[in-house]
Amino acid sequence: MSGAALFIAVFLACAVEAVEATTIVLAAGTTRDWRSALTGLGCGILVLAVVVGALGPAVSAIPLGGLRLVVGGLLLIFGLQWLRKAILRASGHKALHDEAQAYLDEVAAAKGAVSVRRGAVRDWYAFTLSFKGVVLEGLEVAFIALTFGGNQHNIPLAAVAAVSAILVVAAAGIAVRAPLARVPENTLKFVVGVMLTSFGMFWGAEGAHAHWPGNDAALLVLIPVVLVFSLGLVRLFRRTVTAPSTQPQTSPVVTP
Amino acid sequence: MNLVLGKLKAFFAFWYDFVVGDDWRVAAAVVIALAITYGVSQSSVSSWWIMPVAVAAVLWFSVRRVVRRAS
Repeated sequence: MSGAALFIAVFLACAVEAVEATTIVLAAGTTRDWRSALTGLGCGILVLAVVVGALGPAVSAIPLGGLRLVVGGLLLIFGLQWLRKAILRASGHKALHDEAQAYLDEVAAAKGAVSVRRGAVRDWYAFTLSFKGVVLEGLEVAFIALTFGGNQHNIPLAAVAAVSAILVVAAAGIAVRAPLARVPENTLKFVVGVMLTSFGMFWGAEGAHAHWPGNDAALLVLIPVVLVFSLGLVRLFRRTVTAPSTQPQTSPVVTP
Repeated sequence: MNLVLGKLKAFFAFWYDFVVGDDWRVAAAVVIALAITYGVSQSSVSSWWIMPVAVAAVLWFSVRRVVRRAS
Protein backbone atom coordinates (compact mmCIF):
# COMPACT_ATOMS: atom_id res chain seq x y z
CA MET A 1 0.00 0.00 0.00
CA SER A 2 1.55 3.28 -1.05
CA GLY A 3 1.65 6.40 1.07
CA ALA A 4 -0.89 8.03 -1.24
CA ALA A 5 -3.38 5.17 -0.76
CA LEU A 6 -2.92 5.30 3.02
CA PHE A 7 -3.45 9.07 2.98
CA ILE A 8 -6.60 8.86 0.82
CA ALA A 9 -8.18 6.04 2.85
CA VAL A 10 -7.63 7.78 6.20
CA PHE A 11 -8.55 11.23 4.81
CA LEU A 12 -11.90 10.03 3.42
CA ALA A 13 -12.86 8.07 6.54
CA CYS A 14 -11.95 10.96 8.82
CA ALA A 15 -13.71 13.53 6.62
CA VAL A 16 -17.01 11.66 6.96
CA GLU A 17 -16.76 11.61 10.77
CA ALA A 18 -15.61 15.24 10.84
CA VAL A 19 -18.69 16.33 8.87
CA GLU A 20 -20.94 14.77 11.52
CA ALA A 21 -18.98 16.32 14.41
CA THR A 22 -19.06 19.73 12.68
CA THR A 23 -22.84 19.54 12.35
CA ILE A 24 -23.19 18.95 16.09
CA VAL A 25 -20.78 21.74 17.09
CA LEU A 26 -22.48 24.17 14.68
CA ALA A 27 -25.91 23.31 16.11
CA ALA A 28 -24.65 23.83 19.68
CA GLY A 29 -22.89 27.08 18.78
CA THR A 30 -25.57 28.78 16.69
CA THR A 31 -28.54 27.93 18.92
CA ARG A 32 -26.94 28.04 22.37
CA ASP A 33 -23.59 29.62 23.07
CA TRP A 34 -20.54 29.67 20.81
CA ARG A 35 -18.03 29.99 23.66
CA SER A 36 -19.40 26.91 25.45
CA ALA A 37 -19.62 24.92 22.21
CA LEU A 38 -16.02 25.80 21.30
CA THR A 39 -14.87 24.95 24.83
CA GLY A 40 -16.55 21.56 24.38
CA LEU A 41 -14.79 21.19 21.03
CA GLY A 42 -11.41 22.04 22.58
CA CYS A 43 -11.90 19.64 25.51
CA GLY A 44 -13.02 16.90 23.09
CA ILE A 45 -9.89 17.37 20.95
CA LEU A 46 -7.77 17.27 24.13
CA VAL A 47 -9.33 13.94 25.20
CA LEU A 48 -8.75 12.51 21.71
CA ALA A 49 -5.13 13.72 21.72
CA VAL A 50 -4.58 11.89 25.04
CA VAL A 51 -6.18 8.71 23.63
CA VAL A 52 -4.06 8.85 20.46
CA GLY A 53 -0.94 9.76 22.49
CA ALA A 54 -1.49 6.74 24.75
CA LEU A 55 -2.56 4.24 22.09
CA GLY A 56 -0.20 5.31 19.29
CA PRO A 57 3.00 3.96 20.88
CA ALA A 58 1.08 0.90 22.13
CA VAL A 59 -0.14 0.10 18.61
CA SER A 60 3.39 0.57 17.24
CA ALA A 61 4.77 -1.86 19.85
CA ILE A 62 2.43 -4.75 18.94
CA PRO A 63 4.09 -7.36 16.67
CA LEU A 64 2.86 -6.94 13.07
CA GLY A 65 1.27 -10.41 12.83
CA GLY A 66 -0.85 -9.95 15.95
CA LEU A 67 -1.64 -6.35 15.03
CA ARG A 68 -2.89 -7.36 11.59
CA LEU A 69 -5.05 -10.15 12.98
CA VAL A 70 -6.71 -8.05 15.70
CA VAL A 71 -6.82 -4.76 13.85
CA GLY A 72 -7.77 -6.39 10.54
CA GLY A 73 -10.63 -8.15 12.30
CA LEU A 74 -11.82 -4.97 13.98
CA LEU A 75 -11.49 -2.95 10.76
CA LEU A 76 -13.45 -5.63 8.93
CA ILE A 77 -16.25 -5.53 11.53
CA PHE A 78 -16.28 -1.71 11.27
CA GLY A 79 -16.18 -1.82 7.48
CA LEU A 80 -18.97 -4.37 7.20
CA GLN A 81 -21.21 -2.28 9.47
CA TRP A 82 -20.53 0.84 7.38
CA LEU A 83 -20.99 -1.03 4.12
CA ARG A 84 -24.16 -2.76 5.26
CA LYS A 85 -25.73 0.57 6.22
CA ALA A 86 -24.51 2.17 2.98
CA ILE A 87 -26.06 -0.64 0.92
CA LEU A 88 -29.34 -0.34 2.84
CA ARG A 89 -29.36 3.43 2.27
CA ALA A 90 -28.54 3.13 -1.43
CA SER A 91 -31.18 0.45 -1.96
CA GLY A 92 -33.86 2.48 -0.16
CA HIS A 93 -34.20 0.39 3.01
CA LYS A 94 -32.71 2.95 5.35
CA ALA A 95 -33.12 6.70 5.42
CA LEU A 96 -30.31 8.58 3.73
CA HIS A 97 -28.10 10.43 6.20
CA ASP A 98 -29.08 14.04 5.78
CA GLU A 99 -26.81 16.58 7.51
CA ALA A 100 -29.38 19.35 7.03
CA GLN A 101 -32.01 17.25 8.83
CA ALA A 102 -29.53 16.12 11.50
CA TYR A 103 -28.70 19.79 12.08
CA LEU A 104 -32.39 20.73 12.40
CA ASP A 105 -32.94 17.87 14.87
CA GLU A 106 -30.00 19.00 17.02
CA VAL A 107 -31.18 22.62 16.85
CA ALA A 108 -34.71 21.66 17.95
CA ALA A 109 -33.35 19.64 20.89
CA ALA A 110 -30.90 22.39 21.84
CA LYS A 111 -33.58 25.11 21.81
CA GLY A 112 -35.73 23.16 24.25
CA ALA A 113 -32.97 22.50 26.80
CA VAL A 114 -32.54 24.58 29.95
CA SER A 115 -29.42 26.75 30.20
CA VAL A 116 -27.24 25.93 33.24
CA ARG A 117 -23.88 27.50 34.13
CA ARG A 118 -21.21 25.21 35.60
CA GLY A 119 -17.86 26.68 36.62
CA ALA A 120 -16.25 28.46 33.69
CA VAL A 121 -18.75 26.98 31.22
CA ARG A 122 -21.60 29.43 30.53
CA ASP A 123 -23.93 26.87 28.92
CA TRP A 124 -23.43 23.29 30.09
CA TYR A 125 -25.80 21.87 27.45
CA ALA A 126 -23.87 23.45 24.55
CA PHE A 127 -20.59 22.28 26.10
CA THR A 128 -21.65 18.64 26.59
CA LEU A 129 -23.38 18.44 23.19
CA SER A 130 -20.25 19.68 21.46
CA PHE A 131 -17.86 17.62 23.65
CA LYS A 132 -19.75 14.36 23.20
CA GLY A 133 -20.12 14.88 19.45
CA VAL A 134 -16.41 15.51 18.99
CA VAL A 135 -15.27 12.62 21.23
CA LEU A 136 -17.71 10.04 19.84
CA GLU A 137 -17.07 10.87 16.18
CA GLY A 138 -13.37 11.46 16.88
CA LEU A 139 -12.84 8.05 18.48
CA GLU A 140 -13.59 6.40 15.14
CA VAL A 141 -11.22 8.82 13.42
CA ALA A 142 -8.50 8.00 15.95
CA PHE A 143 -9.09 4.25 15.59
CA ILE A 144 -8.98 4.33 11.79
CA ALA A 145 -5.88 6.54 11.69
CA LEU A 146 -4.01 4.43 14.25
CA THR A 147 -4.89 1.08 12.69
CA PHE A 148 -4.15 2.10 9.12
CA GLY A 149 -0.97 3.89 10.20
CA GLY A 150 0.14 1.06 12.49
CA ASN A 151 -0.33 -1.57 9.81
CA GLN A 152 1.72 0.43 7.33
CA HIS A 153 4.32 1.49 9.92
CA ASN A 154 3.46 5.07 9.10
CA ILE A 155 1.33 6.50 11.92
CA PRO A 156 2.66 10.06 11.26
CA LEU A 157 1.30 10.04 7.68
CA ALA A 158 -2.05 8.63 8.86
CA ALA A 159 -2.17 11.32 11.56
CA VAL A 160 -1.45 14.04 8.96
CA ALA A 161 -4.27 12.66 6.78
CA ALA A 162 -6.68 12.62 9.75
CA VAL A 163 -5.77 16.14 10.89
CA SER A 164 -5.97 17.42 7.27
CA ALA A 165 -9.48 16.00 6.90
CA ILE A 166 -10.59 17.57 10.18
CA LEU A 167 -9.06 20.96 9.26
CA VAL A 168 -10.61 20.99 5.77
CA VAL A 169 -14.06 20.08 7.10
CA ALA A 170 -13.80 22.48 10.06
CA ALA A 171 -12.72 25.31 7.73
CA ALA A 172 -15.66 24.59 5.45
CA GLY A 173 -18.02 24.52 8.45
CA ILE A 174 -16.69 27.86 9.75
CA ALA A 175 -16.89 29.38 6.26
CA VAL A 176 -20.52 28.48 5.64
CA ARG A 177 -21.70 28.48 9.27
CA ALA A 178 -24.25 25.89 8.20
CA PRO A 179 -24.44 22.09 8.04
CA LEU A 180 -22.26 20.68 5.28
CA ALA A 181 -25.25 19.29 3.43
CA ARG A 182 -23.55 19.52 0.04
CA VAL A 183 -20.85 17.03 0.99
CA PRO A 184 -21.85 13.75 -0.73
CA GLU A 185 -21.80 12.03 2.66
CA ASN A 186 -23.73 8.90 1.71
CA THR A 187 -21.47 8.25 -1.28
CA LEU A 188 -18.40 8.88 0.88
CA LYS A 189 -19.69 6.42 3.47
CA PHE A 190 -20.16 3.80 0.75
CA VAL A 191 -16.59 4.32 -0.50
CA VAL A 192 -15.16 4.25 3.04
CA GLY A 193 -17.14 1.11 3.84
CA VAL A 194 -15.63 -0.58 0.76
CA MET A 195 -12.11 0.50 1.75
CA LEU A 196 -12.40 -0.51 5.42
CA THR A 197 -13.85 -3.90 4.42
CA SER A 198 -11.16 -4.54 1.82
CA PHE A 199 -8.23 -3.52 4.03
CA GLY A 200 -9.73 -5.32 7.04
CA MET A 201 -10.16 -8.50 5.02
CA PHE A 202 -6.61 -8.25 3.64
CA TRP A 203 -4.87 -7.55 6.95
CA GLY A 204 -7.06 -9.91 8.96
CA ALA A 205 -6.27 -12.82 6.60
CA GLU A 206 -2.57 -11.95 6.62
CA GLY A 207 -2.64 -11.86 10.42
CA ALA A 208 -4.20 -15.34 10.32
CA HIS A 209 -1.19 -16.49 8.25
CA ALA A 210 -2.93 -16.56 4.86
CA HIS A 211 -0.82 -15.58 1.86
CA TRP A 212 -2.56 -13.44 -0.74
CA PRO A 213 -1.72 -14.15 -4.38
CA GLY A 214 0.39 -11.20 -5.52
CA ASN A 215 0.91 -10.00 -1.92
CA ASP A 216 -0.01 -6.28 -1.60
CA ALA A 217 -1.20 -6.21 -5.23
CA ALA A 218 -4.15 -8.36 -4.15
CA LEU A 219 -5.67 -5.15 -2.72
CA LEU A 220 -5.93 -3.80 -6.25
CA VAL A 221 -8.30 -6.68 -6.99
CA LEU A 222 -10.04 -6.84 -3.60
CA ILE A 223 -11.18 -3.20 -3.53
CA PRO A 224 -12.94 -3.24 -6.95
CA VAL A 225 -14.41 -6.69 -6.24
CA VAL A 226 -15.90 -5.51 -2.91
CA LEU A 227 -17.21 -2.38 -4.65
CA VAL A 228 -18.83 -4.32 -7.50
CA PHE A 229 -20.31 -6.89 -5.11
CA SER A 230 -21.77 -4.13 -2.91
CA LEU A 231 -23.25 -2.33 -5.91
CA GLY A 232 -24.68 -5.68 -7.00
CA LEU A 233 -26.38 -6.04 -3.61
CA VAL A 234 -27.82 -2.53 -3.94
CA ARG A 235 -29.24 -3.47 -7.33
CA LEU A 236 -30.50 -6.85 -6.16
CA PHE A 237 -32.31 -5.57 -3.09
CA ARG A 238 -33.64 -2.46 -4.80
CA ARG A 239 -35.13 -4.68 -7.49
CA THR A 240 -36.56 -7.01 -4.82
CA VAL A 241 -38.45 -4.10 -3.28
CA THR A 242 -39.88 -2.68 -6.45
CA ALA A 243 -40.56 -5.90 -8.37
CA PRO A 244 -44.00 -6.78 -6.92
CA SER A 245 -45.36 -3.32 -7.59
CA THR A 246 -46.56 -2.06 -10.96
CA GLN A 247 -46.71 1.50 -9.59
CA PRO A 248 -43.99 4.06 -10.36
CA GLN A 249 -40.86 3.47 -8.27
CA THR A 250 -41.46 4.48 -4.68
CA SER A 251 -39.36 3.46 -1.76
CA PRO A 252 -41.26 2.41 1.38
CA VAL A 253 -38.61 3.37 3.86
CA VAL A 254 -36.52 6.19 2.40
CA THR A 255 -36.85 9.52 4.07
CA PRO A 256 -35.77 12.12 1.51
CA MET B 1 -23.00 0.99 44.44
CA ASN B 2 -25.89 1.22 41.97
CA LEU B 3 -24.34 4.37 40.51
CA VAL B 4 -21.02 2.59 39.97
CA LEU B 5 -22.77 -0.40 38.40
CA GLY B 6 -24.77 1.91 36.14
CA LYS B 7 -21.59 3.70 35.01
CA LEU B 8 -19.82 0.39 34.40
CA LYS B 9 -22.80 -0.87 32.42
CA ALA B 10 -22.87 2.30 30.33
CA PHE B 11 -19.09 2.03 29.77
CA PHE B 12 -19.29 -1.53 28.47
CA ALA B 13 -22.45 -0.77 26.47
CA PHE B 14 -20.60 2.08 24.75
CA TRP B 15 -17.62 -0.10 23.80
CA TYR B 16 -19.87 -2.96 22.72
CA ASP B 17 -21.77 -0.60 20.45
CA PHE B 18 -18.53 1.00 19.21
CA VAL B 19 -16.80 -2.28 18.36
CA VAL B 20 -19.61 -4.74 17.58
CA GLY B 21 -22.27 -2.36 16.25
CA ASP B 22 -25.92 -3.20 15.74
CA ASP B 23 -25.51 -6.72 14.32
CA TRP B 24 -23.45 -9.01 16.54
CA ARG B 25 -23.69 -11.78 13.93
CA VAL B 26 -21.35 -9.83 11.65
CA ALA B 27 -18.71 -9.62 14.38
CA ALA B 28 -19.15 -13.29 15.28
CA ALA B 29 -18.86 -14.35 11.62
CA VAL B 30 -15.65 -12.32 11.18
CA VAL B 31 -14.08 -13.96 14.25
CA ILE B 32 -15.11 -17.44 13.05
CA ALA B 33 -13.84 -16.76 9.51
CA LEU B 34 -10.47 -15.57 10.85
CA ALA B 35 -10.22 -18.67 13.05
CA ILE B 36 -10.97 -20.94 10.08
CA THR B 37 -8.41 -19.06 7.96
CA TYR B 38 -5.80 -19.58 10.68
CA GLY B 39 -6.70 -23.26 10.97
CA VAL B 40 -6.53 -23.89 7.22
CA SER B 41 -3.31 -21.88 6.86
CA GLN B 42 -1.60 -24.35 9.21
CA SER B 43 -2.15 -27.05 6.58
CA SER B 44 -0.82 -27.16 3.03
CA VAL B 45 -4.14 -25.88 1.64
CA SER B 46 -4.34 -22.27 0.47
CA SER B 47 -6.45 -20.16 2.85
CA TRP B 48 -6.60 -16.65 1.34
CA TRP B 49 -10.00 -17.26 -0.32
CA ILE B 50 -11.83 -17.93 2.97
CA MET B 51 -12.15 -14.28 4.02
CA PRO B 52 -13.56 -13.00 0.69
CA VAL B 53 -16.12 -15.83 0.63
CA ALA B 54 -17.03 -15.18 4.28
CA VAL B 55 -17.34 -11.41 3.72
CA ALA B 56 -19.57 -11.90 0.68
CA ALA B 57 -21.82 -14.32 2.57
CA VAL B 58 -22.00 -12.19 5.74
CA LEU B 59 -22.80 -9.02 3.83
CA TRP B 60 -25.47 -10.71 1.77
CA PHE B 61 -27.15 -12.38 4.77
CA SER B 62 -26.95 -9.27 6.93
CA VAL B 63 -28.50 -7.00 4.28
CA ARG B 64 -31.13 -9.57 3.35
CA ARG B 65 -32.11 -9.96 7.00
CA VAL B 66 -32.83 -6.23 7.35
CA VAL B 67 -34.65 -6.09 4.01
CA ARG B 68 -36.87 -9.04 4.93
CA ARG B 69 -37.67 -7.57 8.31
CA ALA B 70 -38.59 -4.22 6.77
CA SER B 71 -40.84 -5.66 4.06
